[in-house]
Amino acid sequence: MLEVRGLAAGYGENEVLFDVSFDVAPGSLTVIVGANAAGKTTTCRAISGEIEARAGTIRFEGDPIQHERSDRRVERGLVQIPEGRRLFPFMTVEENLLLGSFARRARAERREALEEVFALLPRVAERRRQAAGSLSGGEQSMVAIGRGLMARPRLLVMDEPTLGLAPLFVERTFEIIEEIRKRGVTVLLVEQNVKRSLSLCDRAYVLEHGHVVMQGAGRDVLSDEGLRRAYLGM
Amino acid sequence: MTLALFAQLLVAGVLLGGVYALISIGLTLIFGVMRVVNFAHGELLMLGMYLSYYLVTAVHMNPYLALVVVAPALYLFGLLVEVTIIRSTIGRSDVVQVFATVGLSIVLQAGALMAFSANVVGINVPITNALVQLGPLSMGVPQLLAFAAAMLVASGLFVFLRSTDIGRAIRATAQDRSAAALMGINVAGIYRLTFGLGSAMTGLAGALLMPIYSVSPTVGEQFVLIAFVVVVLGGLGSVTGALVGGLLIGIVETFSGFVIDPQWKQAVYFLIFLGVLVFRPAGLFGARGSEELSTS
Repeated sequence: MLEVRGLAAGYGENEVLFDVSFDVAPGSLTVIVGANAAGKTTTCRAISGEIEARAGTIRFEGDPIQHERSDRRVERGLVQIPEGRRLFPFMTVEENLLLGSFARRARAERREALEEVFALLPRVAERRRQAAGSLSGGEQSMVAIGRGLMARPRLLVMDEPTLGLAPLFVERTFEIIEEIRKRGVTVLLVEQNVKRSLSLCDRAYVLEHGHVVMQGAGRDVLSDEGLRRAYLGM
Repeated sequence: MTLALFAQLLVAGVLLGGVYALISIGLTLIFGVMRVVNFAHGELLMLGMYLSYYLVTAVHMNPYLALVVVAPALYLFGLLVEVTIIRSTIGRSDVVQVFATVGLSIVLQAGALMAFSANVVGINVPITNALVQLGPLSMGVPQLLAFAAAMLVASGLFVFLRSTDIGRAIRATAQDRSAAALMGINVAGIYRLTFGLGSAMTGLAGALLMPIYSVSPTVGEQFVLIAFVVVVLGGLGSVTGALVGGLLIGIVETFSGFVIDPQWKQAVYFLIFLGVLVFRPAGLFGARGSEELSTS
């Protein structure tokens, strides 16, 4: 579904990704793990089009998209929940959700999507009239997931959705991710919570200093002794 | 001061303030969404006024019918300016933006001087001198119409920003442009639209002013100063702030012009302006560090 080959990207003089290749199979849960500054968020930004790929290709369902504008990628169903949630703080929860379905394809199914999101995330439904910026971090992360689902994703890219959350919300987030996947949405999860995400996923990639240094089934990566010590600090 | 006189001045001030608000809303909209301080804003007003002037004098159009030509014309002009000049300044240093928009302002003024000469001209059709009497209050019909149109446009903008998908997209872009892009919003397109809308509203204000004021190539300078005061007073990026600020400045100007001396009216509203900034540096409605395109 997503095929990344030889991706290089960075900011100004600062090269972050040098040669990143990975695949996300349709219907799978794929995880990218790595230490801080390994290039996880940069990878997500290159996939969403927030920054441009300096080399390599990104293919979504066979089409090269690395030069396509962000909004066109969303229209294809390649949707991202960014690091740090990035809600629109001065707008209500409901307005944030409606913005999630701004893309033309998603707008047509807005009503159903809203009902589904409220059913999956009752807490979000309770808070719909409140300003998004007034919610707790955990609640905001639920709204961010809801907003992502409003876009009717075919591939949902989640950049560190559990970052900074209380244990209860971390657990809840992983439950929701499993539920999303059961509904047939392909998920690419970028996580620092290595143990939980690796035991959940179909395939995992370990990123270090802008290179993929290891890949395999989640359990294999998790049980690799050298990796655990060297890169994951476990 | 008698009550009747007080009421008369208040009404005159409010009517004037409505037009100031309309001029300022375009400026604050563009700043709130794009973080561009458009120093050529006054020249957009000037173009709106000249266009209206020629439609009335050369084509013999009713000055209020001219609005339906001026607004779309300035919208298109705004798009042109955005695509050719403003776009390449987005995300660059403030100096680049200042040079670009000040440069544009100079070019437009010089162009107007060549095209229209330095003569101060106005329109004189029956409606420009019409009055309505409401009890003890008398109001100029053009002033009343300008105020009504300004309020109509301002409330239309409010509804548009609050309850349409594109309006929400504009506010989202103002709050976080990269998150907006992740929603499938074409941010460059929103910028274009915003600059066009801001220009159209300013042109509209120009056309509404034409029956009241006369126009010359430098007319923008008088009004742009007021617009900047209104926008900063109300809070940069706040549509509500521009509305309240515009009315406030209109009222202050009218009262101080009458009570003190017309020459002192600018000094008085600048004093109030400074006073507000001392106590509320972000402006009346810009309490959150102008991070928001606010409609509340």
